[in-house]
Amino acid sequence: MVEVTPLLVKAAWVTIDISVRAIVFGFLVASALVFFRSVKFTPVRWFSRAYVSVVRGTPYFVQLLLIFYGGPTIGLDLDPFTCGVVVGAFNIGAYMSEAIRGAIESVDKGQSEASRSLGLGRLATMVNVVLPQAAGLMIRSIGVLAIVLIKNSSLVSIISVVELTYQAQRLIGSTYKPLEIFAVSALMYIVIIYAVMGIVELAYRRTTRFNAL
Amino acid sequence: MSTNRQTETPMVEITDVHKRFGNLEVLKGINLTVPLGKIISIIGPSGSGKSTLLRSVNHLEVIDSGTITLDGVAVNRPDIKGLAFERHINHIRQNMGMVFQHFNLFPHLSTLDNVTLAPRKLKKMDKKIARELGMELLDRVGLADKADVFPAWLSGGQKQRVAIARALAMQPKVMLFDEATSALDPELVEEVNQVMQSLAKDHMTMLIVTHEMGFARDVSSWAMFMDGGVVVEENTPDKLFTAPDQERTQNFLRKHLGSNL
Repeated sequence: MVEVTPLLVKAAWVTIDISVRAIVFGFLVASALVFFRSVKFTPVRWFSRAYVSVVRGTPYFVQLLLIFYGGPTIGLDLDPFTCGVVVGAFNIGAYMSEAIRGAIESVDKGQSEASRSLGLGRLATMVNVVLPQAAGLMIRSIGVLAIVLIKNSSLVSIISVVELTYQAQRLIGSTYKPLEIFAVSALMYIVIIYAVMGIVELAYRRTTRFNAL
Repeated sequence: MSTNRQTETPMVEITDVHKRFGNLEVLKGINLTVPLGKIISIIGPSGSGKSTLLRSVNHLEVIDSGTITLDGVAVNRPDIKGLAFERHINHIRQNMGMVFQHFNLFPHLSTLDNVTLAPRKLKKMDKKIARELGMELLDRVGLADKADVFPAWLSGGQKQRVAIARALAMQPKVMLFDEATSALDPELVEEVNQVMQSLAKDHMTMLIVTHEMGFARDVSSWAMFMDGGVVVEENTPDKLFTAPDQERTQNFLRKHLGSNL
């Protein structure tokens, strides 16, 4: 067990790497989708809604297989790691866009009215008044989505990315100790996810520190 | 209106304003002039259209027809659209201070930052100068000692006083009060009234929508009673509150003065 642990730790870093990249790019995808929803030109709004529906309506696993195996047919030839990041980002982006939009819409309308009544424009109101308050409202839902994504990252083993789950399977092939190895890898997932929960909680407190107790 | 009122400089002029929400016409041809340095109070039952009228002046509601001008400049400009209108309305709004029933302070900013947000962002005011201005305004509403706390730590009356300071920060030509004391506990109304009274002493032009009949009578130079989207009656506060001509006004005042005075 001792000799395989470093290999699992190394693979856990791949899990973290692929997930963090997917979350960061996913946030950009989500921001774009939220922006598209507010555009006056109807087809753009329609695209944003359709995109979210398609992603929510299909399993992540199928999305992964579709892009990895189907992509090359239309000239989209990605290496496994990049494919994992891209599919992860576009997947979490759809869910995150709903979380962000919901948070923005939950900010009291009186807040933007007060800001506009002072003469601040739409953008200045969004940046200075609405988003700082929406941040606290969206951060926990984004945290939950991030956790789901980290766990789903075990699925990229199917396209042969050597992340935690795939490495565990490989090591079992040579050591025949499925209980120990899967238990250790499960423990590693727990450590990663608790770390994420801690970061989310800190960020939540930071963004809502203005509220009374 | 009496002739001497017409010789005064109009700061806000509302002419034949109509507004409907779907099938419901909430403003049915309102005319009103707020002269420079004067205080006009609008009273009336809920749903009379008085808040909608006030919000229309700030363009938070878009009127269907008629005109509203601020210091001679039209607020509504159906002829300009998009970014050009955005620039126009932002400029107009900088000259009006609006105070809301529910304060609408920015909870994520300290009281000082609430007050200085607009001058910092719109006048690109230096942080130090903005702080001086903010402290001066907070001092004016008696809350200089609360500069660095978040609004959540303030009482309702304190919140509204900060909101007034915030509305004053851009040195507006007129202040609009939309039921500024209606959401307050009775014992907190007085401190807000005092701040409004001090503005009156400084000859601030004000348009006030209120349920505080006593206050309206004391500070206003002109009072209007609205009901069902029309101005039922308007007069000097002395006459309107003590000897109204219209039966609807009499009934409304009987109900309110019974409990409020």
